[in-house]
Amino acid sequence: MSDKKTNLVDLGFMDARIKLIDIAAFLDRIDRHDQTDDYRVSALKEALPELLSTERGRAARVLNLLSDQSTDPVSESKIQGAFGAPSPEQ
Amino acid sequence: MRYIEPHAHMVSRTTDDYMALACAGCKAVNEPAFWAGFDRASSQGFYDYFRQITEYEPKRAAKFCIDHYCWLCINPKESEDVVLAREVLSIIPDFIQCDNVLGIGEIGLNKNTRNELQILEEHIQLAVDHDQMILVHTPHLEDKLKGTKLIVDALSNHSSIDPSKVIIDHVEEHTAPLVIDKGFWAGMTLYPESKVTPHRAVDMLELYGHERVWMNSACDWGISDPLSVPKAALEMRRRGYDDSFIDKVVYLNPAEFMGQNPKFKLS
Repeated sequence: MSDKKTNLVDLGFMDARIKLIDIAAFLDRIDRHDQTDDYRVSALKEALPELLSTERGRAARVLNLLSDQSTDPVSESKIQGAFGAPSPEQ
Repeated sequence: MRYIEPHAHMVSRTTDDYMALACAGCKAVNEPAFWAGFDRASSQGFYDYFRQITEYEPKRAAKFCIDHYCWLCINPKESEDVVLAREVLSIIPDFIQCDNVLGIGEIGLNKNTRNELQILEEHIQLAVDHDQMILVHTPHLEDKLKGTKLIVDALSNHSSIDPSKVIIDHVEEHTAPLVIDKGFWAGMTLYPESKVTPHRAVDMLELYGHERVWMNSACDWGISDPLSVPKAALEMRRRGYDDSFIDKVVYLNPAEFMGQNPKFKLS
C-alpha cells in the first residue's frame, strides 16, 4: 500500500449517496402503490437500523438479517431460485 | 496487468468477451460445470456438456491466447433429482483425466435440501476417490448462510479432505470467516446485482486478509460482467494498493490454488 492515504469518502460518497436515495425512493414507490405488505419489504425495514449503528460489521449484520437462520436441511424445495429474504413459509 | 479469471462460464459468452478478457490481461479462465439455465433431460446432456468444456472451449479460448481449465459435476440445482445426479456422477470419471480438468465442481447446495446434501456428499467422495481438488458453489441470497454452514460441516466431517485443496466460492461478509477460519480457500464473486461489488470485495480483503482468496466474475448467461476482476483491480489501485498486492490477489493466488493440480500450467 502506498504511503499516501486515499480519501475513501471522496472515492465512495457519491456512490453511497445515490444508493441511499434509491432506497428512499423505493420505499416511497411501494407506499404510493400500496405494495408494502410483502415479507421482503419487512425484512428490508428490519435491516435499515443497522445503517445507523456505530459498530463495525454493519454489512455482515445486514446480510445475517436477510438470511434464513434455520440449520437443518429441508426435505424438499418447490422452487429453485432465491428472493433475497427468508420467506415466512420457509 | 496480468490476471486469471478463476470462475467463468465461457460456454455462455461470446467471442467479444474473450477478446475483452484478453485485452484486459487475462491469461487463463477456469470454468466450473454449472446449471445451463434449465434442467437437462438426461445424463446424455451432461456428457455432451463435459465434451464441450474439455474439448471445444479450450480451443475457442486458445484463439485469444487464453488457457482454459474446467471442473466437472452435476450442479446443485439439478442434484435435487438424485437418480439423474447419480447417472451424471457415473460418467465423470470418463473425463477426469482430460488435460484441462482440475477437479470436481462447482458442487454445493442451492435450496439446502436433503437430496442436494446427499449428492454433495457423493461428489466429495468422488473427489476423494480420484484425488481431485474441489470447487464449491454456495447458495444464493437468503440461503447462503445456512448453506455455507452445511457445506463447511460436510467437508470438515470427511476425514480425507484437505481444506487447502478446496475453494468455497461466492462468499460474502457474513460467510467469509466461516470458510477462511476452517482453512479453506474463499472465492469472492463480483456481480452487478447480487453477491459482492468490487468495493465490497476489496473491503473483505482488508477485513479477512489476502491469503487463500480469489476474485471472479462468474460470468454466465445471466446479468454478469466478465470484466469485473480488472474492475476490482482498479478499485484496489484507487485505494492505494501497489502492483505487487494486486498481482497477488488477481494472478498469483488463483495460480497457487489451481497449480496444486500439476495439469495447471500457464503458457
